[in-house]
Amino acid sequence: MAHEKKQLLRRLESAKELSRFMADYYYELNEAALSGKQKIAWCTSVGPAELLRSLGYLIYFPETHAAMLGATRMATEMIPTANAMGYSPEICSYLTADIGAFVKGITPLSTAYKGISSVPKPDVLVYNTNQCRDVLDWFNWYGDKFNAPVIGIQSHRSVGEITESHIASIASQIENLVAPLEQLAGRKLDMDALKQAVALSRECSDLWAKCLATASAKPSPLTFFDATTLMGPAVVGRGTLQAVKTYRLLLDELLERVAGGKGALVGEEKFRLYWDGMPVWGRLGMHSTMFAELNVNVIASTYCSSWIFSALDSSDPFKSMARAYTELFIARDDTYKEKYIQSKLEVFGCDGILYHNARTCPNNTNCLYGMPQRLFAKTGIPFVTMDGDLNDLRCLSDEQTKTNIEAFIEQLEEMK
Amino acid sequence: MVAVTCCGPDVQPAIPAPTYYLKSSNMSKAYSTEQSIYAGVDVGASHTKVALIDTAGHLCGHGVRKSGVNFSATAEMCLADALHMANCTPDQVTHTVSTGYGRHNVTYATGNQTEIGCHAKGCYFYFPEAITVIDIGGQDNKIIKLDSQGRRISFKMNRKCAAGTGAFLEEMATRLDIPLSDMDGLARQSSETVKIGSYCTVFSATEVLKYVRQGEKVQDIIKGLFASVIRRVLEMDALTEKVVMTGGVVAHNPYLIDLFEEHIGRVIMTPPFPQLAGAIGAALYAKANQTSDNE
Repeated sequence: MAHEKKQLLRRLESAKELSRFMADYYYELNEAALSGKQKIAWCTSVGPAELLRSLGYLIYFPETHAAMLGATRMATEMIPTANAMGYSPEICSYLTADIGAFVKGITPLSTAYKGISSVPKPDVLVYNTNQCRDVLDWFNWYGDKFNAPVIGIQSHRSVGEITESHIASIASQIENLVAPLEQLAGRKLDMDALKQAVALSRECSDLWAKCLATASAKPSPLTFFDATTLMGPAVVGRGTLQAVKTYRLLLDELLERVAGGKGALVGEEKFRLYWDGMPVWGRLGMHSTMFAELNVNVIASTYCSSWIFSALDSSDPFKSMARAYTELFIARDDTYKEKYIQSKLEVFGCDGILYHNARTCPNNTNCLYGMPQRLFAKTGIPFVTMDGDLNDLRCLSDEQTKTNIEAFIEQLEEMK
Repeated sequence: MVAVTCCGPDVQPAIPAPTYYLKSSNMSKAYSTEQSIYAGVDVGASHTKVALIDTAGHLCGHGVRKSGVNFSATAEMCLADALHMANCTPDQVTHTVSTGYGRHNVTYATGNQTEIGCHAKGCYFYFPEAITVIDIGGQDNKIIKLDSQGRRISFKMNRKCAAGTGAFLEEMATRLDIPLSDMDGLARQSSETVKIGSYCTVFSATEVLKYVRQGEKVQDIIKGLFASVIRRVLEMDALTEKVVMTGGVVAHNPYLIDLFEEHIGRVIMTPPFPQLAGAIGAALYAKANQTSDNE
């Protein structure tokens, strides 16, 4: 008899609905790109999606495509092509993987979704530098390639307290996008449509926040690794009713698990960890299994919470969008970040924290300026640092990661 | 070098220190075939180490070989060497814990622990107080901080780069065309240290080539390499407690410990067999497992 693998993790039924959402999303984009019936805007993941939506654009997010390159472990084969073109191995491996794949004429979409052979051609590229400057370089390359306009928002970085001047400057930049986007779309902005998109985006965000909050239950019904894929609609579907419907289903299932005392782990949840930084997309399955085998659940993260936009307010679309985009964790200063993580550790009842030191994403890495040591001094919650990367598997050692994690769990056991 | 090889006067070691220095012929006398023993196997990137301890915690045999490409076979051979030294039979090994990168390749192991845990346990056994353990291994370096109860407070491993590890010194020995075993003696003859600043092994090699071209003495270059290893380790973490050093690199290059002491201005403690610290820790885990099995 064949040896049966022990089931370590419980699958979420509603994940199928989320997968369907993603398939519909990409097929709709592909159809629009082929028929030319609807304009396509490329947008950074925390760019002004609500505005684009209300002007009738379909939105494609290159970051999600780059994450797919990572998750399918294609990225490491694509990155060298971009490196050879002058994009350093030290910069964003989303950028290098995505551009490398484009140059090679390869996309994971064609494997995942039959009939799609390429990424959809943009009519316009709209960026927001609230995450990093790399997105602008990335979009400029494509703008040049497709001869399409590149417009966007230059955000404030390392923001401490958010002031009215921060909001005013971002809101006016968003408003300044309206005229060129109207011209390209061939239609005027309907303020009611914008308000509706902002309202739906807020609803999607609130539902996603509630889904993530269920992980405070013991045992947690959710793992970080599940959340990284379940967050797809929150990223690409902001401002759509379908994304809202999808998260209602997910929330119901998670609440049902909580009510039934069912955790995401089949076995005992001995320890609960917080993950700071990006996931290692090419190792989602491996890491998920590794932790589950150790009876550890990584229950919460900074990364998955980055698509919670509680400031969105349909009665004041431009200013509330400006606030929501500026409140983003990655755009804040270390004092804010430290307090944020500290509160999450408390809310989720974490026994430890794992900092992913992503080689090519210093913007999404929070262990480079002494934060782990400061937070440890404040909370007494132990930490471990993992060297790796979001997409470039040349930057990580699976053996060292395994030893680090296992040793960390041994340490938690000793401290119990 | 100030060799501190055992606990302070107010703390009695669980085993008398001289036991560790017994020759194999002497070791064999104490062990009858009925006595249970515990094995620790540390399959490192460079060498595999086996330590055997008895129910009283005495080290009764050990074996060290290059890990090679067949970890399972090497672990078997090291066990055979250790059993021979202890004059024991395989049947006497009640529990075996494996550790190190090849820990899952030890077919006769009954459990496994990470090398972080085993080095910590092995060092705390000799120095039962709050300590910082620095292990310089073939492939990686570790800094482990323990509280006075022997519990791990934190640990760090070096990043992917091999600079500061045994692999770095091996690479440099090749570049300088000298046997690895000669490095310690040559470094001791140095009158001046050359500065090797890069934390990249490849860049360090080019620095070495520059010094060769300039006609610097090999002894001074090697001392410079030792100083470079020390700097790489000190960059990893702050040393807050008493310091214990372990690993094959310090076992074979004790002058490195002298230089380290000079550098940090503190006495560094070393267990009697620095290279065996992880294996002894693993054997102690094996013994502890046996104890818990019997409870």
